[in-house]
Amino acid sequence: MNYLIGENLTGGYGGADIIRNCNVSVGKGEIAVVVGPNGAGKSTAMKALLGMLSLRKGRVFLDGNDITGMSPQERVSHGMAFVPQNQNVFVTLTVEENLEMGAYLRRDDITETMNQVFELFPVLKEKRRQLAGELSGGQRQQVAVGRALMTRPSVLMLDEPTAGVSPIVMDELFERIIEVKRTGIAILMVEQNARQALNIADQGFVLVTGENRFTDTGEALLANEEVRKSFLGG
Amino acid sequence: MENSIDLLNALVLISNYVLIPSLSYGSQLALGAVGVTLVFGILRFANFAHGELMGLGCTATIFFTWWFQSMGISHSFFPTALFAMPFAMLITILLVLAIDRSVFRFYRLNKSRPVTFVVASVGVMFMLNGLVRMLIGTDEIIFRDGQKFLIKAGLFKKMTGLNEGLALKQTQVLTVVLAVVAVFLLFLFLQRTRTGKAMRAYSDNEDLALLSGISTERIVMVTWIIAASLATLAGVLYGLDKSFKPIVYFHLLLPIFASAIVGGIGHPLGAILGGYIVAFSEITVTYAFKKFITYIVPANFAPEGLGQLLSTEYKFAVSFLILVLVLLVRPTGIFRGRVL
Repeated sequence: MNYLIGENLTGGYGGADIIRNCNVSVGKGEIAVVVGPNGAGKSTAMKALLGMLSLRKGRVFLDGNDITGMSPQERVSHGMAFVPQNQNVFVTLTVEENLEMGAYLRRDDITETMNQVFELFPVLKEKRRQLAGELSGGQRQQVAVGRALMTRPSVLMLDEPTAGVSPIVMDELFERIIEVKRTGIAILMVEQNARQALNIADQGFVLVTGENRFTDTGEALLANEEVRKSFLGG
Repeated sequence: MENSIDLLNALVLISNYVLIPSLSYGSQLALGAVGVTLVFGILRFANFAHGELMGLGCTATIFFTWWFQSMGISHSFFPTALFAMPFAMLITILLVLAIDRSVFRFYRLNKSRPVTFVVASVGVMFMLNGLVRMLIGTDEIIFRDGQKFLIKAGLFKKMTGLNEGLALKQTQVLTVVLAVVAVFLLFLFLQRTRTGKAMRAYSDNEDLALLSGISTERIVMVTWIIAASLATLAGVLYGLDKSFKPIVYFHLLLPIFASAIVGGIGHPLGAILGGYIVAFSEITVTYAFKKFITYIVPANFAPEGLGQLLSTEYKFAVSFLILVLVLLVRPTGIFRGRVL
């Protein structure tokens, strides 16, 4: 039984359905990656899991409980953390304040979690007093992931974490994400860089025009001739 | 010798008529502008009711002052209004929270566009406007008591032997001191406390703040509490320093908005700087420099005219001019705030 399950998700932003009967799920200590061409509804599927989309059909389960009716904020307080693709840091706040805001809902001592984040992203410790808006793209992404980790989530959802960063930074970010996975967190990622993402994925979902086309382990999808031809550029 | 005395006279003259009044007027504008800018940063609309809110805070203070005076509570040195103000602040805060509940909350839940909020705030402005006039009338009211001057012009002349006198009103010093204290406390709150940081985070990126579990209603409530307190303080200081006239607070709206925009709207530090810029410009441009110039130039160069760029009636034109210039040249303001 997977930890976070989206079942038959169907819905859109008011007009036509963007995702149809979409199934996405991830287990604890696993990385699941959603890939697909532009406009396939990858980000929409993720928003549906977070409750930022009104579903016409389908249900969402977290740890076996039906959370379909919960608001995004409630889901966050139930252990779901989300890193949006754009504007995912508070640019006028320092790195440290960004992390503090991530832990806003927590009333206990957050220094230990913050130290864990600094261990994971040492550069953030160095720049803790600097404004997040002054950091490079890759460092900002680290702040964004760090902020999300401050709630001590059980599920971490990342919307294209490597968009706009250099290949070297991308490799490093993936490396860190694997480290996060090892702590037992379920990770769900939407990615443009499909090949690299599937490389680190336990589970892969290929979406096309809002529907599941292929679902398999990352390894199997990379080996699949059809997937490679259509979505990975040969 | 004669020369240096003239220079001293010129310096005292300019301090008395330009520097000191600008400093206290600037502090009053700054306090108002910080309130406007905070509301803009969190609720994302320009609150046209802010000037009337200052008037209302002052009205409440006057009533408490009269009540205190009737009970025999007053101070030989400080104005009674100073002790009445905290109670008036409480009233103003409660009223503003009630207005938010009954007016702005509706539009917030409907996710209305900023312009809808602005128009609603104009409605609130007229409502407060009427409320103040119903309560206290339209006449000018002087509610200052205690000691008026810290330095009297005549005494200053006698002590220094200069031709020019320097008068320092207690209200001017009070204004500057209280403004500094209020701003210091505000920044301490915004920089150091959990709620203050959450306010900055909310102002920076609303969606991410919501994802972090920051509650809109709580942030909005704290913002109104601060805005109402600052408005009361600004309104009372202005009323003490000059006099209380309901219409003045409507007029103050323009220089206050100019201050907030010059500094960069949504940026508290910018609003403070903006307040002083607008005040100094307004007073400098409308001051008659004839006497000042006569002191500093040789006798035969003394000007014939008043040396006044604009007559005092046009002082609002200065705010307008600054506003237009800033919006044309640097719409984000000095500190790069948001664009309206």
